[in-house]
Amino acid sequence: MNITVTVNGAARTSDVEPRMLLVHYLREVLGLRGAHVGCDTTSCGVCTVVVDGLPVKSCTMFAVQVDGRSVTTVEGMASNGQLHPVQAAFHEEHGLQCGFCTPGMMLVAAAFLEENPAPTEEEIRWAISGNLCRCTGYQNIVKAVETAARNMASTEVSQ
Amino acid sequence: MFPSQFEYHAPASLDEALALLAEHADEAKVLAGGQSLIPLMKLRFAAPPIIVDINRIPGLDGITEEGDTLRVGALVRNRALERSELVSARYPTMAAAAPMISDPVVRNQGTFVGSLCHADPQGDWGSVMLALDGSVVARSQAGGERVIPIAEFIDGPFTCTLRPDELAVEARVPDPGDDFAGTYLKLERRVGDFATVGVAVFLAMSGGTVTKAGIGLTGVGATNIKATAAEQALVGNTVSDSLIEEAARLAADASDPRTDVRGTADYKRDVVRVYVARGLRAAAGTPVA
Amino acid sequence: MTTMETAPSAEHPGWMGKSVKRIEDARFIAGRGNYVEDVVLPNMLHMAILRSPYAHAKINSIDSSAATALPGVVAVVTGELLAQHKLAWMPTLSGDTQAVLATDKVRFQGQEVACVIAEDRYVAHDALELIEVDYEPLPAVVTPQQALEEGAPLIRDDKEGQVDNRVYHWEAGDAAATEAAFAQADRVVSLDTFYPRSHPSPLECCGCIADVNPASGKATIWMTSQAPHAIRTVFALVAGLPEQNIQIISPDIGGGFGNKVPVYPGYVVATAASLLIGRPVKWIEDRTGNLISTGFARDFHMTGELALNNEGKMLGLRVKMLSDQGYAYADAQPSKFKAGLFHMVTGSYDLPAAHVITDGAYTNKAPGGVAYRCSFRITEASYLIERLVDVAAVEIGMDPAELRRMNFVQPDQFPYRSATGFVYDSGDYAPALDLALEQAGYTELRAEQAARRASGATKQLGIGIASMTEALGAGPSRDYDILGIKMFDSAELRVHPTGKAILKLGVRHQGQGHETTFAQIVAHELGIPPTDILVQEGDTDNTPYGLGTYASRSTPTAGAAAALVARTLREKARKIAAYLLEVAEEDLEWEGDRFSVKGAPEKVKTIQEIAFAAYTNHPQGMDAGLEGVKYYDPPNLTFPFATYLVVAEVDVETGEWKPIKLVAVDDCGVRINPMIVEGQIMGGLTEGYAMAAMQQITFDEDGNCIGSNFMDYLIPTAWETPHFDLYDTCTPSPHHPLGAKGVGESATVGSPAAFVNAVVDAVAHLGVRNIDMPVLSSRVWEAIHHAQG
Repeated sequence: MNITVTVNGAARTSDVEPRMLLVHYLREVLGLRGAHVGCDTTSCGVCTVVVDGLPVKSCTMFAVQVDGRSVTTVEGMASNGQLHPVQAAFHEEHGLQCGFCTPGMMLVAAAFLEENPAPTEEEIRWAISGNLCRCTGYQNIVKAVETAARNMASTEVSQ
Repeated sequence: MFPSQFEYHAPASLDEALALLAEHADEAKVLAGGQSLIPLMKLRFAAPPIIVDINRIPGLDGITEEGDTLRVGALVRNRALERSELVSARYPTMAAAAPMISDPVVRNQGTFVGSLCHADPQGDWGSVMLALDGSVVARSQAGGERVIPIAEFIDGPFTCTLRPDELAVEARVPDPGDDFAGTYLKLERRVGDFATVGVAVFLAMSGGTVTKAGIGLTGVGATNIKATAAEQALVGNTVSDSLIEEAARLAADASDPRTDVRGTADYKRDVVRVYVARGLRAAAGTPVA
Repeated sequence: MTTMETAPSAEHPGWMGKSVKRIEDARFIAGRGNYVEDVVLPNMLHMAILRSPYAHAKINSIDSSAATALPGVVAVVTGELLAQHKLAWMPTLSGDTQAVLATDKVRFQGQEVACVIAEDRYVAHDALELIEVDYEPLPAVVTPQQALEEGAPLIRDDKEGQVDNRVYHWEAGDAAATEAAFAQADRVVSLDTFYPRSHPSPLECCGCIADVNPASGKATIWMTSQAPHAIRTVFALVAGLPEQNIQIISPDIGGGFGNKVPVYPGYVVATAASLLIGRPVKWIEDRTGNLISTGFARDFHMTGELALNNEGKMLGLRVKMLSDQGYAYADAQPSKFKAGLFHMVTGSYDLPAAHVITDGAYTNKAPGGVAYRCSFRITEASYLIERLVDVAAVEIGMDPAELRRMNFVQPDQFPYRSATGFVYDSGDYAPALDLALEQAGYTELRAEQAARRASGATKQLGIGIASMTEALGAGPSRDYDILGIKMFDSAELRVHPTGKAILKLGVRHQGQGHETTFAQIVAHELGIPPTDILVQEGDTDNTPYGLGTYASRSTPTAGAAAALVARTLREKARKIAAYLLEVAEEDLEWEGDRFSVKGAPEKVKTIQEIAFAAYTNHPQGMDAGLEGVKYYDPPNLTFPFATYLVVAEVDVETGEWKPIKLVAVDDCGVRINPMIVEGQIMGGLTEGYAMAAMQQITFDEDGNCIGSNFMDYLIPTAWETPHFDLYDTCTPSPHHPLGAKGVGESATVGSPAAFVNAVVDAVAHLGVRNIDMPVLSSRVWEAIHHAQG
């Protein structure tokens, strides 16, 4: 089936089987390998991407479902060579170790901060509770989201 | 991780969807949120030859109060219920349950109505609907519209009474009145787990007397359970500690849990008792004018 | 990139102790990590594995004709085909054998039975459904106790001379001295406890791409491997391929935790298939395959007995352990020690006598055991002793912190020879305990606990302490080898003409920050900024031979090698500097990144100038270049220690609990990069919490595995995971060139007991003495109700 999807701002047209999962479409047809596969039960969230502004687990969607829609992956977070504040904050606060959960975690964090720009620690932990991490113990991820929130707020203020 | 092949349809209108279901009936599965169906397909526990994706159909994503009924369309995501001011103000049992469904990312996609159709005995929404005496509206090409009370809608584990040519288009919840309270308590091993025990509680009051009581139980039976004896013990009475304890005990008796990795049957039954008591105490302590 | 710490400052001489932001982050935050699953080769095929639904069954026949006929399927590989090439069985890392693909029988649920090789993974999975296997189920052996019963079904009937399900019997310590100690004891406290089977479960599953070039015969295998060199040697021996023609490349790895050390059947079949077909074959397992068949962790049934006098002084320790090894003895551990380093069980305590008896049994489950940050089974040992100490404290009516303190090995006893033969390098346990108690507000907590007990509150408070010592950095060649390969490690350092450098190591990180930490080591020794140093690991053609990264060994071994090789380069640099400055070598002094002439400090040569000269103006008679390689044989293990203190709040009506405070005081000697060290500790604490609170893999009586997906095998989310308050003390290792001890596993080793001690403490006044992990709410409830009668 022919689908046209706006991925990171660019229209991409492909012919895919209906059963092809969105995560496989992104990784193997489009070569965007930032989204990963980590489980069989929609539990881990390393496949998370953003569809029409909302994070979804791309292993639990068919590519054909995003025909005509827009998808943002980690590869689309930076703009004009500038890291997204969330990406910069993850680096600043050592919010990653092996990096496997990081793309999904950052996309969820960025979408969350758009909805809640000044979150508490509790709210952050709740927001990322659909994304598992084995390496960091989450504390530095929380710090990264707090730092990103502060930096995004001060950028706004100065504008 | 790799589903079997299927024929895919994405109808643009309700009539088109109903025509497809009429034509393919037993061979077709409806895809809304997909957060229950697609995992089954990936593990090949389900291999429907035909998928009818209803996500493009307009008009199915409303949360509205019309007359004396809350109407939740088939494409309303759990996320929307979590954020709905209407639900938060008027349907506290639902408002308490919404953030407990699965995890935040899955809630962005999964639907309320889809969850009811999936009829997982460990699904939270079924118990909420039993406590609130909700119903599901089904449409078909041949039969028009059918309003199915939730107790008749849930038929067995993972079985609802929709006919193969029917599409659930809406769920309805009756007006709670002027003086009501409710909550949902869920014991889970961690976020995203199914309930070890879930308890939905609803109370409508009038001048300190219970006029309506709803208690739904998750994860302690072959289907979600409506604790009718416990409800009846409450109706017509003033809330007191001993009444709450009595109702909690009756609710525990109504449950039929199994021993498994989450705990023994005795344990789960006792949690029902404790949670129903806590839920009722919370509800009785917070009347909404 | 964003900023990082630049030049050394007066407060932080050199690069030790600096929290340099990670150099490797750039690719990961851009989503451009290079994991095995990301690698794509032209003409690549995909492999999928058919697994046994039975725990124990004869295979009567396999019919793969329908699968082979499916368009897109290139081949179906079975045990029969492999047997023709003598590849149906392979050695394990413990000198046993395990099946590559089942031939006569399947011996665990999930065992690999056949592999489909196809053009596309979706088609490969369609083909799996078309393979027909005729199984004849046999009774399953599901516990090691069952396995050792008279008349139990024989699991390894494939092994000549195997008459029962025994795997090993191994003892440590002194039976007679321990007997005597127990005879003198005023009190004997005993505890039976089970450390359940769990699984390291990194988020990236295992996988490989095997590319055997049909023309050259060179086998290039991308593999999720924590120990690529050792695996290469094993492949050479097993597959009969010449070792120079095997290249194992471990690219970025999405978490290891010991899961990615063993050789798995999928790697072998993919390689054999590539060899036979002449095209690259990619195999990436799914989560079910990972949990049901790859190296599990723990599964130890333990009994500990502690002999004490009336004052609380420990006199002796007796331990019996029965381990469930699964159907093959496949632990990745030093060959001399059949139960790994489990005999580290005397922990932080000055126990004059100890006797440890261990036995291993086969069962119808996946093989493994040494994994999940266990420091070669010290996790199990530490849990036992720290639970036993708490049980003893209750029984003799002593505060658990005081009982620990009075029995600690004292600072003046180091180096300390333990009753089971370890020589602890350095330690100072009481200050760590004191700091933990102070930061937690221990006195106030006990007061709060007492108040809640008095009032009969629904939410009770418990305080759990674990003061652990463990052994890392395996290990000295006289005692440590895996399959005969000694456990040294290596570093190769080359400085380029422009003063940048490349450091190649025999270890292989999976997120531990080596590209930064090890660059800091070279920076500390030579003054080259870490961002000018490329750290390379994992490609066996391009790195010196090493034993890999697990058991927290990288800093103690390869880190030492890196420091020492950098020092040899500094010695050569001195000669070049002397030549350039026309002075004698003794007239030069080194500071930071340069040599200067004593008394004439303006006469200076920086390391960059010296490097350039090494290629353009080196003294006659000296080799050009500035490089070296060091193979480091550690003289001893290293012995980091910690006190972990957990405060748990328990709902006594439902058994639900949560950790509301966690104080961790870690002493791992010198910390090269404190930020990275703390990251390791927090990850380890979370895994400790996971095991304490929710993780287990169980089996029903037919051997069906419950715990082979993330709905059953639970990983905590950010919501359940507590906040950590981290502190440190520093007792350097006297034998490590940098004084560092390693830390990656310490928190996983030491913290589970702290969590369990806390929950048991919260309900001890209700009569509860012990709750085994995972401490699910249901188990707390059962314990309370059982105690109340």
